[in-house]
Amino acid sequence: MADKIIELKKVSKIYDGTAVVDNIDLYIRKGEFVTLLGPSGCGKSTTLRMIAGFEKPDSGEILLNGKDITQIPPYLRPINTVFQRYALFPHLNVYDNIAYGLKLKRVKNVYEDKNGKQVVKYEKISKKVIDEKVSRALKMVDLEEFEKRDVTTLSGGQQQRIAIARAIVNEPEILLLDEPLGALDLKMRQDMQLELKEMHKKLGITFIYVTHDQEEALTMSDTIVVMNDGVIQQIGTPKDIYNEPKNSFVADFIGESNIMSGTIAGDHKVRFIGHVFDMVDDFELHEKVDVVVRPEDIYIVNKDKGQVNGKIISSIFKGIHYEMTFLVGKTEIIIQDTAERMVGEEVSIIIKPEDIHIMKKEYLVNSYDGYITKNNKVAFAEGEFDCDVTKLYPGSHLDEEEYLITADGQRIDLTDTPVKVEVPLDKVEIIDNEEDGNTSGEIISIIYKGDHYQVIIRTPEEEEDFVVDTEYLWNENDKVSVKIKPEDITLKLKVK
Amino acid sequence: MGPLKFSRKNLGIPYALFMLVFVLFPLVLIVFYAFTDANGHFTISNFTDFFSRSSNLYVLLISFALAVLTTAICLIIAYPVAYILAKSGAKTRNVYLLLFILPMWINFVLRTAAMKELLFALDSIGIYNVTDWYFVNTVIGMVYDYLPFTILPIYTVLIKIDKNVMEASTDLGANGFQTFVRTTLPLSVPGIISAVTMVLLPSTTSYVISDTLGNSKVTIIGKLIENQFNIGTADSWHTGSAISLILLFFIFGTMLLTGKFTENSNTRGSGLW
Amino acid sequence: MVKKILQSTYLWLILIFLYAPVVLLVVYSFNASTEIGSWSKEWNFSLYKMLFTDAKILNAIKNTIFLALSSSAIATILGTIGAIGMYYSKPKTFRIFNTITQIPIVNAEIVTAISLALVCSMLLFPRTYASLLIAHVVLTFPFVVTSVLPKLKQMDPNLYEAGLDLGASPLKALFTITIPEISPGIASGFMIAITLSLDDYIITNFTKPSTIDTISTYAYNAYAKNSANTSIPALRALSAIIFAVIIISVVAVNLSANKKVREREGK
Repeated sequence: MADKIIELKKVSKIYDGTAVVDNIDLYIRKGEFVTLLGPSGCGKSTTLRMIAGFEKPDSGEILLNGKDITQIPPYLRPINTVFQRYALFPHLNVYDNIAYGLKLKRVKNVYEDKNGKQVVKYEKISKKVIDEKVSRALKMVDLEEFEKRDVTTLSGGQQQRIAIARAIVNEPEILLLDEPLGALDLKMRQDMQLELKEMHKKLGITFIYVTHDQEEALTMSDTIVVMNDGVIQQIGTPKDIYNEPKNSFVADFIGESNIMSGTIAGDHKVRFIGHVFDMVDDFELHEKVDVVVRPEDIYIVNKDKGQVNGKIISSIFKGIHYEMTFLVGKTEIIIQDTAERMVGEEVSIIIKPEDIHIMKKEYLVNSYDGYITKNNKVAFAEGEFDCDVTKLYPGSHLDEEEYLITADGQRIDLTDTPVKVEVPLDKVEIIDNEEDGNTSGEIISIIYKGDHYQVIIRTPEEEEDFVVDTEYLWNENDKVSVKIKPEDITLKLKVK
Repeated sequence: MGPLKFSRKNLGIPYALFMLVFVLFPLVLIVFYAFTDANGHFTISNFTDFFSRSSNLYVLLISFALAVLTTAICLIIAYPVAYILAKSGAKTRNVYLLLFILPMWINFVLRTAAMKELLFALDSIGIYNVTDWYFVNTVIGMVYDYLPFTILPIYTVLIKIDKNVMEASTDLGANGFQTFVRTTLPLSVPGIISAVTMVLLPSTTSYVISDTLGNSKVTIIGKLIENQFNIGTADSWHTGSAISLILLFFIFGTMLLTGKFTENSNTRGSGLW
Repeated sequence: MVKKILQSTYLWLILIFLYAPVVLLVVYSFNASTEIGSWSKEWNFSLYKMLFTDAKILNAIKNTIFLALSSSAIATILGTIGAIGMYYSKPKTFRIFNTITQIPIVNAEIVTAISLALVCSMLLFPRTYASLLIAHVVLTFPFVVTSVLPKLKQMDPNLYEAGLDLGASPLKALFTITIPEISPGIASGFMIAITLSLDDYIITNFTKPSTIDTISTYAYNAYAKNSANTSIPALRALSAIIFAVIIISVVAVNLSANKKVREREGK
């Protein structure tokens, strides 16, 4: 196994009180092509910028070849960056852009003087060597003879190549690429993907690549690091990530997938959409799980010939295949197949055991730290909710003054008592109007789970999340409020 | 399209008429006066006379010295100010910027007069000499009046430089100073140029400062022209026009050289609002 | 940290240089002393009383304000018309218009001033309030054009066409669509015009009749005509008032702008 070239230990970066990168641990091996993948704002670019040295972590350390470089400024790191919007120097031509780093470099040369003593000199790289290196770098990016051109006259693709040449000409140990193809059109992007991969092979150095494009990540990388909310969700080879997503975020983000609720029904058996399927994963009996099946892993056969019967309710031609929606009970399943089935047709489906991926349920219940307010309500997640406080003490009741009388007759003032609050996912009601609920927040994610949506609502100040299972479709970034019935709130006294 | 039908570009017609009468025609008059004598006959003696009088050449020299000195001092003071402002956080930046621009709204003549009062006050407590240091007075007054106009264009350019470009420079091995010399400074040259054009011209022509602070001992080109129009001898207007024409020649020459003629982002007054 | 302290020290030194003369005037505006540098024991409003009883200064103030408002209004209309007219002309026409518009901006004020003075004498057109007004319009209209043009460039060209498509006549579309769209540019052009007109001395001096004085010409005559310190104490009070007005209006503008920003962010 190759050495770790770079290692992040418990690294965090906080902006305005929010952890953009939240205590991540990550190491990258020498020569690897690693992609940091995630939606915008997931912390991938910040992670890259910390490796480059543009940002200092608020805590944790970054090691390069085992040495702590956390406090080393970017210009002393053997790391170069290809920026998203190229960041070419507009006042310099192509040659001077590429030679910028070489002209600054001082090479250590050892001479022997007359007395045979060794003299160490730090010298500039000669013009001739710089010329050679620049033209080699230009050749590498297929832009020979471009030396004298003005960078502002180049096309986006050409500027991107110059940016790459400018970085690799310095022979860095690590090349960082921050969404380098984001500004290019599709065709150019695909060509550049292959070229970058080729370049990685030729140069043999470590590439750390940041993108939000899962297809790009799957095509190019040796290893993919999926990030969300400043946290690493999964690290693995493209195959692992695609086939064995660790959680529903990864499953939803990488490729298209059907995510359904299921229950383990026995040894290598899982029940979902009303059928017990064989599978390969090992889980505890009766455990509630999420089942992931990729649309291309579901086979459509004639009615009664497969495992589950249902109906095709929509079909769209997508170029290579048809994308059809299969309805069984209340669950909609996306299926990709090259053979079209008519809308309305009753069919059956088959899913092979190895195509069924099981994930532990991430959210079984919402739980919060709260406290009881003066009027025997419970406050948590920036709101105050009606609740039954007598549940805290079995056999207790409230007197006329709203004090709690326990079973053995003790009179307690509950005000400010800290409690643990639990609310089932399906017992939270989402209300359109921000003012009408007990507390409000913004919808930060929506994942479709076959027969329902799992919506996450985050409160603005304390950033508490409500995970809600609902039949209704909401929009991301909607401001909504939530309401919970008193009987659906479970309270527990906090022990110490 | 009928002749009475309204079209947006027809709005240019009254505008063109106005400019013809009040911008172009007056300039033609200057040319006409410059090349004629009091009787209306063609002559170039207005020019030859100007260059043959040594007092005029002295005025040119003083104007040039004043302009170069003022511009240099303004730049030396203004560049660090603009640089520090551009580097600070948005909130502090805006407050400071406002503080630096605020004096520009006070009437120019009153502002200059205020400087005169200050210098006299310093004189009266014995740390300055107003009467003898008239040239220094003028330079101080010009720097004081034109400094905000120097800060603004440099700041505007500095703030627009892509942060990634600076980062790219440090990424490629340049430390803070090297990044400044190799990237920031060359990229801010357009700002420096427009700052220079905004100080250079007024400091050779706007004679309010030299009159107020120069104890009538500092005569600049602008004052020379004004004098020609005030003495009112038969051909003084013609001489004044000739000097103006020479000045015009220099102005448009520099404009063409710096390519600033049609680019109007950094003109006086913009940035104030 | 040390760097931060050095930087703000530097900024404050320059600010002291910029504000010292004005602050000195403000302080002395409350002192009865007629000469700056010497203190009088008395602190009072006598200079303000002087200011408000001096008919000449009061007239100059009135003239300055009236001239600034009227010339800026005319310059704003002219500049807006010109900007629209040239923007929708052929590229070549646009370039010619734009270049001529720049002339008063890049030209030395003294040259513009004498050229207008020549027009007055050539046409045997005596210097009157009208010539002064026109001169100020010439001084300020190019700045209106330069602040309106960018707004026209930013405007979605389809908006005007959508107006025509929905049945507006070209003139109607101009007033209901184009003008409202570019109004921020018109407003800032108007403000720049006012500032420049209030500030001007040279052009005013060459085009005004001898009977009219503005603050600039009055102050120039008071201060510049003599090498001694011939200050007019009442002008200190005037400077103090102008400074106060500027500070108050700038703070007010900024507060309301901040409030707007906060309201937008709050929503």
